[in-house]
Amino acid sequence: MFGLLESGFQHFYWGNAVMLLIAGLLIYLAIAKKMEPLLLIPIGFGILLVNLPLGGMMDYEMLLKAPTAGTVVSIETGEGSRFDGETVLIRLDSGEIVSPVFGRVDTYMVASGDRVEEGDVVARLITQEQTDQEEYPTSPIGLLSRIFKYGVMWQILPPLMFLCLGALTDFGPMLANPKTLLLGAAAQFGVYLAFFLALLVGFSIPEACSIGIIGGAEGPTTIYVTSVLAPHIIGATAVACYSYMALVPVILPPVIRLLTTRQERRIYMKPQMRPVSRTEKTLFPLVTTVVVVLFVPSSAPLIGCFMVGNLFRESGVVERLSNTAQTTLVDILTIFLTLAIGASMPAENFLQPRTLLILVLGVVAFASAAAAGILLAKLMNVFSKEKINPMIGAAGVSAVPMSARVVQVMGQKENPRNFLLMHAMGPNVAGAIGAAIAGGVFLGILG
Amino acid sequence: MATELITSPLPGKILDVKVAAGDKVKEGDLLLTIEAMKMENEIVATVDGTVTEVAAKPDSIVQIGDSLVSIEEG
Repeated sequence: MFGLLESGFQHFYWGNAVMLLIAGLLIYLAIAKKMEPLLLIPIGFGILLVNLPLGGMMDYEMLLKAPTAGTVVSIETGEGSRFDGETVLIRLDSGEIVSPVFGRVDTYMVASGDRVEEGDVVARLITQEQTDQEEYPTSPIGLLSRIFKYGVMWQILPPLMFLCLGALTDFGPMLANPKTLLLGAAAQFGVYLAFFLALLVGFSIPEACSIGIIGGAEGPTTIYVTSVLAPHIIGATAVACYSYMALVPVILPPVIRLLTTRQERRIYMKPQMRPVSRTEKTLFPLVTTVVVVLFVPSSAPLIGCFMVGNLFRESGVVERLSNTAQTTLVDILTIFLTLAIGASMPAENFLQPRTLLILVLGVVAFASAAAAGILLAKLMNVFSKEKINPMIGAAGVSAVPMSARVVQVMGQKENPRNFLLMHAMGPNVAGAIGAAIAGGVFLGILG
Repeated sequence: MATELITSPLPGKILDVKVAAGDKVKEGDLLLTIEAMKMENEIVATVDGTVTEVAAKPDSIVQIGDSLVSIEEG
């Protein structure tokens, strides 16, 4: 009786084992090293789930159609056995039927000797691949693939996540010193540099956009842009973005030290900032939405959601909505989003040379974003009387509030009385908005 | 004898106050920690002297410029 029950072992291959190790590493880092546990635990577990064959949590059903008419000569891959993408499944007298995805055949609708017409469904495939839905439509049949499709691919979860981030963001430090806005904008240089480098190493334009946006250091933006432009690499770009956000304390200091002198790092900034009135803070989300969405309409889902969340916060009359967005809602969305992202990393999709390239380009994007912010801050010091500490430029790599914290720690090490945290929050929150706009620009051109 | 008033350099929540009135401190000594952006920030003495007043209370919320500790130099 139990012999009929199929186990996952016969489908388990070395790639799944590697992915289980990666999942274990992420979960270990989250628990033992407290590295972004809120993100890495569900992502790690999602990876684990999708790499246990036949679990079906991330399965999609795909109906394979005959590309040409002909007579079936032979069935090349047996029902139930695992195959890689581009595998010949059926041989016709007029050619071959190749699977565009990896996965396994659930059932064949044809047998040797049958006559098929062009467009006839010849097999029902099960895959975990994110396909181009216009070319190869699939339907989700697992819990996580449904969440992925209707939550991520339908672009519901990332913008809602942005609403929560808006409720969590205090634009006060940026409004107090609006020139820090420019530092956040400068950091978007990292996005465009990584975009061009990705093109140079052979990625397609939509892929290059998705890789570039990693440099915005903004998780939901990266997921949003990739889900629209290049869903097949969403696991890699999301993991690159979230991992490097966690690694900001490792990535930023060498860049800062390379580009600044000790003297510059010691520049003292007065704690007293211009007080920002409630009217200013309330008008900011309204005015920004109108201006940004008119200029870059395709940034509306992200900027619109971010700013409505921010208005909840600053209006002062809907504390319940603001609190829910800052606590319960953001947690709920995090669970769905991160589990689904983890599950988008089956071994067949993730263990490819392009993943390594994406990880390398991602770190280049982060480092060059920080560099651009620092250099602009130095340039601003040439022209302005009141010197700013150029380290706060590096906080333009949003990863809110991680990079601002790094700047604070480095600043206080050089001068214990120097508190750069609030000054660094300006470029920091501006960087998040800049990333969303950069994403909108990509989508506007290609989407 | 000048009195040095130490004010909060950032908005946040006071976590831990390490000194009390009458304590002798040296420049650079830890006075208290303030949590801002989920980060503990150490506020240190800016002069050598004696603490005369501690306005900072644990768990209270402070804004930039709020008084924390007064130190009489010497």
